[in-house]
Amino acid sequence: MTLTDLANPTRFLALTTRILPWLAGATAILLAIGLYQSVMAPDDYQQGATVKIMFIHVPNAWLSMFVWGVMSIAALGTLVWRHPLADVAAKSAAPIGAAFTFLALVTGSLWGRPMWGTYWEWDARLTSVLILFLMYLGLMALWRAVEDPSRAARAAAVLTLVGAINIPIIKFSVDWWNTLHQPASVFRAGGPTLDKAFLWPLLVMAIAFSLLFITLHLAAMRNEILRRRVRSLQMMQASSSRTFSAEAGSASCEGNGSKEIGIA
Amino acid sequence: MSLGPYASFIVTSYALVTAVVLLLIVWIVADYRRQQARLREIEASGVTRRSGRSAADMR
Repeated sequence: MTLTDLANPTRFLALTTRILPWLAGATAILLAIGLYQSVMAPDDYQQGATVKIMFIHVPNAWLSMFVWGVMSIAALGTLVWRHPLADVAAKSAAPIGAAFTFLALVTGSLWGRPMWGTYWEWDARLTSVLILFLMYLGLMALWRAVEDPSRAARAAAVLTLVGAINIPIIKFSVDWWNTLHQPASVFRAGGPTLDKAFLWPLLVMAIAFSLLFITLHLAAMRNEILRRRVRSLQMMQASSSRTFSAEAGSASCEGNGSKEIGIA
Repeated sequence: MSLGPYASFIVTSYALVTAVVLLLIVWIVADYRRQQARLREIEASGVTRRSGRSAADMR
């Protein structure tokens, strides 16, 4: 199946119906394994058991940026290729991305209080992630505010691409500025600095959360396609009832006319 | 298994992630059912897609 085939929403819906149960099952199994490994992971020599927050904080933080990346590709699909599902993909991903970003911020704060002595610090990493969260909310508001879906799609696509500038800023903020947030410890030149006892649970949880995103995203896209069908059917319903009233009106005029002629 | 002096921070983090993920799942499932019901309702009133196929059955 090619991307062109998936441009057909009906084929896309058929595909999601087939693969969603498998994706949901794989997500549940991987999450169970990841959670078990997280619980069983040893305490860190400095952080103690608080290291367990990392197993949920880091996947959410990665996904907060990844989802915006997916939305940016979808935005290109809307503006350049005018792919019928591009805006559906972007609009459906936004609330999920916002949820992951919210979780990254809150779990980060809950880790920061015992480790840094503060819930919040206006450093470059934390502030840029907060901006990302606000951008997700702004995009969701934009989609709701503009009634015409094609106009909303173009405006949202432009805003998404402008907002994509923030993604490298988040990633490299810990290198470019002096931040309280620690630098990258997994995806870095020279390999991960984490011990395998922490690295494996983290990677399993990251894959599990990525699968969770794919599952939720496909399900949300399916809902959005159905919502657009409801809208177009409602418009057809409204226009057919208008046509019916217009025809009934003209028929009644003709009837009056013939009566008048008859009278004449 | 002891979570040490910061157990409340760890438990709150996991509980919050669980709650938000469950909320997302419930919201998506409820939205799917709502859209399906609306499609059936409209199609029951006689309005169908141009292809003539039932939109509610196109899953």
